[in-house]
Amino acid sequence: MSEILRLENVSRHFSGLQALRDVTLAVNGGEVLGLIGPNGAGKTTLVNTICGVTPANSGKVSFDGKDITRIKTYQAARLGLSRTFQIVQPFAEFTALDNVAAAALFSQPGQSLNTAREQAMAHLVYVGLELQANQSAATLTLAMRKRLELAKALAMKPKLLFLDEVNAGLNSAEVERATKLIHELAAGGITIVMIEHLMKVVLNVCTRIAVLHNGALIADGAPREVIENPAVVEAYLGQQYTKRNAGRG
Amino acid sequence: MRKSNIVLLILLAVVAALPLVGGPYALRLGTIACMYAILALSWNVVGGFAGYPSFATAAFFGFGAYTTGVLLGKGLPLWLGVVISAVAALLVTAALGAALLRLRGHYFAIASLSLVEVLRELVNNATDLTGGGMGLNIPLVSGFGVLAEAMFFFYAMWILLLLTALMVMAVAGSKLGFGLACIRQNETASSMVGLNTTLYKSIAFGLSACFVSAAGGVYAAWVHYIDPSDVFDILYSVKPIVMALMGGLGSPLGVACGAFLYLGLEEVVWRNYIQFHTGVLGLIIVLLLLFLPHGLISLRPANLWRRVKHV
Repeated sequence: MSEILRLENVSRHFSGLQALRDVTLAVNGGEVLGLIGPNGAGKTTLVNTICGVTPANSGKVSFDGKDITRIKTYQAARLGLSRTFQIVQPFAEFTALDNVAAAALFSQPGQSLNTAREQAMAHLVYVGLELQANQSAATLTLAMRKRLELAKALAMKPKLLFLDEVNAGLNSAEVERATKLIHELAAGGITIVMIEHLMKVVLNVCTRIAVLHNGALIADGAPREVIENPAVVEAYLGQQYTKRNAGRG
Repeated sequence: MRKSNIVLLILLAVVAALPLVGGPYALRLGTIACMYAILALSWNVVGGFAGYPSFATAAFFGFGAYTTGVLLGKGLPLWLGVVISAVAALLVTAALGAALLRLRGHYFAIASLSLVEVLRELVNNATDLTGGGMGLNIPLVSGFGVLAEAMFFFYAMWILLLLTALMVMAVAGSKLGFGLACIRQNETASSMVGLNTTLYKSIAFGLSACFVSAAGGVYAAWVHYIDPSDVFDILYSVKPIVMALMGGLGSPLGVACGAFLYLGLEEVVWRNYIQFHTGVLGLIIVLLLLFLPHGLISLRPANLWRRVKHV
């Protein structure tokens, strides 16, 4: 497996708050990396730093061999880094179709609006939103909006896809459906980094897990190893979880 | 082409027929109507499409008036002066936009407003070039009679209005317009899908300036004398916004109708209530915005008919 994304000693602070401390992490092509940690650990900041929303104060980020530490957000998107938002960010007045068309249109220079709309329809079908294509995004349910986010991210033809809590706020049937989609995407060859709190989903889909705590990376490795790591248990999972899990195993 | 755009073109064609029925007064009113519509349609590109509340229209207008005025004084023909003013405004504004459009909402509004003041002060102080506070006399374009001159400036303004309308329609139906709509709804998400928001906003800002600047140039030649407090009047910034809101934000047809309606109200009110015309006009505007928040364009004939049947 070749390395697709590399972070070296990446730090980011917001005035007094150190959100990321010296994070060094590599993502290999084709893997599904689970990024876990308590609330406020810096998971979303890490994604924002990679995508150019809040560039690193120090350290280096490279993607596909290119230095992208100081890249602008739209350039990151065009390179094939795409993401879904924890708090969904639709274009509320647009139809679902135009939401996805916007992603297809602007992520690939030289694209025309008509082709973008055609591609968008295919992505809507893929995530199961074809019946809502002409409905305005504001009228969709939360589960649908999460899937719309995913369709937008896919329309950008990503090489590396960040999924920021795609399952938060969904019921168990919806989670199951989303999990199935992620499996399919991974099988289709897209490298995925997912931020997720549902350990069931993490253990089900991820091939590797990285744990952030107070902005620092405290563990990185195979799923089983990581969840048994005492530091991770202490910082995030808790004794209860480990006991319950051990009992089951 | 969308139906409302065709209606707008028909409306403009009707306006063009004005000289057939009206005298100098009607022509003067028609010229101002075209000028107002240019201002409002141009503002709509940055304010309506991109959602950036610009108060810089007066700056563009004054910039065009002075650029053309100075160039006419140097002996250039009117058309060339107007073209230079428009192109210069497009470039300067797009460059300025790259800096100003980093601000959002109220902050942008204030910054764009300050642009008017900065330009006014520059013109006030560049006495050698602009005549400063004493104003600038502009040579007469030609020696023809009163009616012929009125006709000439009416059509000059009308052609500019036609070009502005075509530009706005082209933007609305293009990738640029689609991108601006994305920016208006969610700028963060726009850049996340690969939209170069700074570039798009700058182009929109530039386009919103170039025809206003051209209109300022024609205005200067028309009135023969300009001074900073006239052409940098803040009302040139405020009126287009009111017109766009009255007509229907974002819709070219609505905005053009809003401009004509505004001028109509202004004229009627001014004639009948000379003592307190601004007060009455203000009241009418507030009532219109309260009871017709989406503007004239939201009055669809079909809906009206339904209401009549309901009664």
